[in-house]
Amino acid sequence: MLIKKPSDIPSSEITPKSQYLSRRKFVTGALAAGAALAGGYYLRSSSDSAQAVSADGAKLSGIVKSPFSTTEKPTSFKDITNYNNYYEFSTDKYDPNGLSKNFRTRPWTVKIDGKVKSSKTLDIDSIMKLAPLEERIYRHRCVEGWSMVIPWVGFPLSVLIKQADPLGSAKFVAFETIKAPDQMPNQKRDVLPWPYVEGLRMDEAMHPLAILAVGLYDEVLPNVDGAPLRLAVPWKYGFKSIKAIVRISFTDFMPPTTWNQMAADEYGFYSNVNPNKDHPRWSQKTERKIGAGVFAAKQPTLMFNGYADQVAGLYSGMDLQKYY
Amino acid sequence: MKSPSLAAVRALKITLFLFCLAPLAVLVWKGFYDRLGANPVDVITRSTGKWTLVFLLVTLAVTPLRKLASLPWLVRFRRMLGLFAFFYGTLHLMTFVWLDKSFNVREMLHDIAKRRFITAGMTAWSLMLPLALTSTAGWIRRLGGKRWQLLHRLIYFSAAAGVVHFIWLVKADLRRPLIYGFVLCCLLAYRAASWLAMRARSRTAASAAGT
Repeated sequence: MLIKKPSDIPSSEITPKSQYLSRRKFVTGALAAGAALAGGYYLRSSSDSAQAVSADGAKLSGIVKSPFSTTEKPTSFKDITNYNNYYEFSTDKYDPNGLSKNFRTRPWTVKIDGKVKSSKTLDIDSIMKLAPLEERIYRHRCVEGWSMVIPWVGFPLSVLIKQADPLGSAKFVAFETIKAPDQMPNQKRDVLPWPYVEGLRMDEAMHPLAILAVGLYDEVLPNVDGAPLRLAVPWKYGFKSIKAIVRISFTDFMPPTTWNQMAADEYGFYSNVNPNKDHPRWSQKTERKIGAGVFAAKQPTLMFNGYADQVAGLYSGMDLQKYY
Repeated sequence: MKSPSLAAVRALKITLFLFCLAPLAVLVWKGFYDRLGANPVDVITRSTGKWTLVFLLVTLAVTPLRKLASLPWLVRFRRMLGLFAFFYGTLHLMTFVWLDKSFNVREMLHDIAKRRFITAGMTAWSLMLPLALTSTAGWIRRLGGKRWQLLHRLIYFSAAAGVVHFIWLVKADLRRPLIYGFVLCCLLAYRAASWLAMRARSRTAASAAGT
């Protein structure tokens, strides 16, 4: 078993609530270096510009370990930040790192609307204070057949949903990425219908494994990985974990999702990792683990990416060949 | 333009041969110094695939170029260029067989039957195989010029299957595969045009002979 179940963790290893609440302070922006030091945290890379436009690279503090983390060795920071799909910047997996360097993550707000008591707009810095930040070392499986182990920093999506106070009629959660063609060069072209949209069923979104990530390797989330706020839903293919979120809407209908609109026979709404559901392009039986080396054989892909014990119940009674 | 001397052609051939090995040399060098990125197998697959297509198109460009630019001696490089297309195509196939599928025959057969872009890719390589095998002077003699030439028109279909392979594997953003497709269309259009022109000429000649 790769995933530690909550019961496997001795209570002595769980940080007492009082202790993690006192560690709730963390970096929320690339402030001027002096202010940052005075505030008790440091910036690894100082910005030339006096204006805070990004917090990329700043250390996060008060991070709590999570029993949901896998014990597998995380993929290197270099590989996580130099190999991913971020079509807003490029369809190439090596280019987004460089192209996203100057992406502005401050100021940043997230609009909460749809089936909620009242719509509101939350600032990213207040979102980051909604709950203690947790390290969640998750396996990440791309639909293209490669995988990584990623030490995200974030908090359960359910925390934000409770804060949003959705109506009883809210059955789904829809997410939207920022549309900023001046900063995201590929949004000037019709590669995908922009903005990128994704969605989850309410019970999926409320599941404790579903998190909003704001960090990676104890640092503020790098731009290339979806800063300042992204989803991480480890039992689904990577494209479900939408990046650079600016809007979260509650709906009473299944919301449209970008890749499903592009090719419905290839990408379903659920897109749960499923080695038994063949994909027209890629075999989903195995995956290439990034960092394993040229001659390493692919490894078998696990049902729900190895999170079956926790999430299979969400889909009991559903035909997963039909609802892929 | 005057044809270069035999010695000059030989020197050019050696130079070209080394140039054609450069893409492989770059891959080996990068592999040696751990510069193939996060997913080396992906980089090797893409690089060998790209160079297969490039060499196919360059080979197909030889005839139009030598006719349009009146450089008949260019034909002496055609076989080598074609064999390099086969060489990179074989490396591309070996990457699939070994690095991607770890010689799992069942999985490979499943892929070839089930995934249309792999079907197209296998078709493209299979069409190149008889051309590589019959590329020697001995085979030209054995088959006879006419039949040999007819057989070697398979390259048109191989290149087309290669471009289709590329188009079908892309998830979104068809720019790059369509550039290859456009170049191939131009090269094939040249042949169609010269075939039509030749037919028109022979008709005129035939009707002239008839009167």
